[in-house]
Amino acid sequence: MIEFLLQPWPWYFSGPMIAFVLFLLLWTGKSFGMSSNLRTLCAAMGAGKNLSFFQFDWKAQRWNLVVAAGAVLGGFIAANFLSTSTAVAISPATILQLNEMGILDAGQSYMPEKLFSLNAFGAVKSIFLLSLGGFFVGFGARYAGGCTSGHAISGLSNFQLPSLIAVIGFFVGGLIVNHFILPILL
Amino acid sequence: MRTLLYFSIGILFGITMFKSEAASWFRIYEMFQFNAFHMYGIIGSALFCGAIITFLLKKFKINSVVDGEPIVIPNKESGWKRYLFGGIFFGFGWAISGACPGPMFTVLGAGFLPIVVVIAAATLGTFCYGLLQKRLPH
Repeated sequence: MIEFLLQPWPWYFSGPMIAFVLFLLLWTGKSFGMSSNLRTLCAAMGAGKNLSFFQFDWKAQRWNLVVAAGAVLGGFIAANFLSTSTAVAISPATILQLNEMGILDAGQSYMPEKLFSLNAFGAVKSIFLLSLGGFFVGFGARYAGGCTSGHAISGLSNFQLPSLIAVIGFFVGGLIVNHFILPILL
Repeated sequence: MRTLLYFSIGILFGITMFKSEAASWFRIYEMFQFNAFHMYGIIGSALFCGAIITFLLKKFKINSVVDGEPIVIPNKESGWKRYLFGGIFFGFGWAISGACPGPMFTVLGAGFLPIVVVIAAATLGTFCYGLLQKRLPH
């Protein structure tokens, strides 16, 4: 059992575990939607002074910030105490492709060093990519009214057509950038 | 007590995101290349189980375990523009940063500090949506 948990989790264990988290949040009277936290953060920092979108009782959303804080600790625990190796065994075809694009640690690490090692802080291009990506994620999630957890998991589980449209959008945008833009930007 | 409850759920979520490798930039890249089944298996099996859970909670009108209130799973507002356009923007960001709003926090805990740039930019992006909301097609 412990040996199993220390390995990277297979999809057929990971997926049901995500559904279990969805269950826990619904069963405790909440919902599964992580991008709402970004709106709550904006409201907590006073964005509601001028913008009606941020005028809501953000303190009622405190539970979700607590979930996010738990996710930080969960990441720490998983990386430091629940992993014998954190290398991600992506497919050989992907490794080859990334190597050609200059990502040489593909298949050997959890995150590309180019974007996520401390050196990234000193590299203009890395900071640019991280900012651009983050900005679109935050903007798009709120525009679409949810992200992967709110639409792809919660919404589709409840057979919501808007969520299907949003998920199609996620993939349209993702495929365009992945195939045509990333090879130039990376 | 409730804080502890949600904190524990968050820990479980964080561990799951890290160990499933859904928080790995490489897995997201690979997913958009259709080079592995892994991410599709995760999303598909999560959906399969999630649909059964959602169905049962609604069918048996289960009450919240915390306060006994009925569990309400609100329907999404109808329409398509905001979902499609917003979704596409989200997809741009997802493919570049390899992070969605849940895993971002996991990645931070795992010690990949440049993710703070992504989190800050995502918060700014959310703010800009609030700024432009009334001018965007919904």
